[in-house]
Amino acid sequence: MQHTVRHPRRKPTTLAAAAALALVGVGVLGACSSGGGAGGPGASGGSDDTYTWWDPYPQHDASSDWAGRVQACGEEAGVTIERTAYDTTALTNQALLAAQEGASPDVILLDNPAVSTLADTGMLTTVEEFGLDTSAIDQNLLDAGVVDGAAYGIPIGANTLSLYYNAEVLADAGVDPESIGDWDSLTAALKKVTEAGHKGITFAGIGTEEGSFQFLPWFWGAGADLTDLDSPEAVEALELWTGWLDKGYAPNSVINNSQNTTWEEFLTGDFGFVENGTWQVNSAADAGFETGIVQLPGKDGGVAPAPTGGEFIVAPVQEDTDRYETTRAIVECMTTPEGFVETANTFAYYIPPTQDGQTALLEESPELEPWVEAVNSAKGRTSDGLGTDYPVISEALWTAVQNALSGAASPADALATAQADAESGTH
Amino acid sequence: MTSTPATVGTRGTHPGPRGAAGTVPAAPAAPAAPARRRHRGPSASQWAAVGFAAPLLVYLVVFYAYPLWRNIDLSVHDYTIRAFVQGNAEFVGFENYAEVFSSSTFPTALVNTVLFTFVSIVFQFAAGLALAVFFRSGFRLSSTLRAMFLVPWLLPLIVSASTWSWMLNSDNGIVNSVLGAFGLEQINWLTSPDTALLSVTIANIWLGIPFNLVILYSGLQNIPGEVYEASSLDGAGPWRQFWSITFPLLRPVSLITLLLGLIYTLKVVDVIWIMTTGGPGDASTTFAIWSYREAFGTGQPDFSPAAAVGNILILIALVFGFLHLQLQRRQEAS
Repeated sequence: MQHTVRHPRRKPTTLAAAAALALVGVGVLGACSSGGGAGGPGASGGSDDTYTWWDPYPQHDASSDWAGRVQACGEEAGVTIERTAYDTTALTNQALLAAQEGASPDVILLDNPAVSTLADTGMLTTVEEFGLDTSAIDQNLLDAGVVDGAAYGIPIGANTLSLYYNAEVLADAGVDPESIGDWDSLTAALKKVTEAGHKGITFAGIGTEEGSFQFLPWFWGAGADLTDLDSPEAVEALELWTGWLDKGYAPNSVINNSQNTTWEEFLTGDFGFVENGTWQVNSAADAGFETGIVQLPGKDGGVAPAPTGGEFIVAPVQEDTDRYETTRAIVECMTTPEGFVETANTFAYYIPPTQDGQTALLEESPELEPWVEAVNSAKGRTSDGLGTDYPVISEALWTAVQNALSGAASPADALATAQADAESGTH
Repeated sequence: MTSTPATVGTRGTHPGPRGAAGTVPAAPAAPAAPARRRHRGPSASQWAAVGFAAPLLVYLVVFYAYPLWRNIDLSVHDYTIRAFVQGNAEFVGFENYAEVFSSSTFPTALVNTVLFTFVSIVFQFAAGLALAVFFRSGFRLSSTLRAMFLVPWLLPLIVSASTWSWMLNSDNGIVNSVLGAFGLEQINWLTSPDTALLSVTIANIWLGIPFNLVILYSGLQNIPGEVYEASSLDGAGPWRQFWSITFPLLRPVSLITLLLGLIYTLKVVDVIWIMTTGGPGDASTTFAIWSYREAFGTGQPDFSPAAAVGNILILIALVFGFLHLQLQRRQEAS
């Protein structure tokens, strides 16, 4: 045993080494929690004719139409725009860090539920301060960025959820998509599809914001309210989902599905329905089978309000307020009726947030009509004065959905726990 | 969403050993130099010693001491996002810790962390040791085969974790389709609260085997061949050789492997996050996942409780670090 130890060490060294080792190991976490990473490039405070712009579209690189459009707005205002693209979640964190260091960019395109979160920190200017006119913007879309009566940004476009169907599967099962008008008729359709040997429906029940996003149309469609997660209506909505899983109308994997995964599943051609968003319009057109959409039904009929998606254009507070004038010119360039339609066309999946914009878009692409209807009945997640309470409520909600779908708790129990968590988290 | 974990992606296998190797030799160098020429006051060589140590000290302060201090600072203040930006967080003492300890997630996360870490380490170590002994015999193609066992280590975690989650998919996964071929029922690997933790543990074991294999294999190289020769002359079979020679002679290497494995496993976020996001519900939530979720997993970053959970993890790792020291000291004494 003695000769196993070949390198007798001095005690303090070993102690330091092991302590360092332990710290090296877990220290990584500490570094993460304190804010992760140095501020990205593009913080403002640069020269007077360079304006910084952050957006969540890393898929559009510097040579893309989108980058060209951003540049064109800069040129119109007589400045160069330095654009940096981040992943959606990273963008919020980067914006917080930049604000902490007093180096916010001039313009941010921000995912709408994050607007009230950032507004709460006092890092955003209000639309009123900027003297921008928002009277033409649809109220249901603008609401997502309203905190305590003040609007903190303008939606540059909107998307939402709807129910895509595979026309071939439905024809094979003898289901008429027109017949789907409420929950009962949808469940009946799923039964027929499943009995015909296909798979019924797929949706995303993942334990992130996407899970809540996908559940909300059913939650709201039952008449439930986000301030009361364990109401009988909410339980009914969750029972609808668990019922589909129990009867085999939806696969068990929905518990872990992201929206992208559900779309991949739908593209295999096995599924009758998928709950997915405006951003898949092009992909649906390219699918190997005929597709269509029906509006997400409310419990007793009608169109259920789906949550609005899409980005807001916001202007963070700057030390040098002289910059605001040019920033306003850039924002205005993005939010004219023509600007909205151009944005919609650049992305192919954005519905303009104004009546004029929608009319203009429908003239060019009449097939987007159902999506305009869906956007018009959609509802902001942070609306109804929820603001920064929404993220807390949402986390409780998706946890309840996960617990109920996986069978860890009954829908009623899961939602009761969720309501308790939401209440303790929002006070 | 899936790209988020990638930003915290590096599993930390590299910085660990390298960081340790960097600190060990440098530490004794600093006090050794001044001891030699005390009578001349601060001499040129002393200044040189300080100069040489300075980059390391700066590095340690900037990358270890400051983040650690910042983490403690975060955990004893109430950093809402507003306070985070405006820098006026209220001092709340141990309130965040109290909140963490009384949370309904705490017992689940504790049990999951213990199970995940313990089961992972036991199987990683056993498999790594078995493979190391297997490859020691140096048959034809053994080095090629050994290199192939390193693949899990080389793959980006986003790739291997996504692959595992596809394989374990409830409805379309290859694992279930193989089970189905044998007439077994579908197992909801990642979507049932009963098996989610097991599934992520299996994936983590697979990921950890190469690390154990490499370290234990190099440990085996240090055992002189004569010992085995002598024992086989005395009539010891392979089994006896393993338990009487390999295992005891490998003990120092084994201890450090286990300690490193423990630290790496305690802080695993990416594998679990990509495969289950800690769900369904809290079914596969460990302390590391909990901390990550509080800070980055929701629309509203909650840095203070996240930092508190992170500090608890650091404490756990420290306890085992000192336990390791104790064991090593006892060994030195014997």
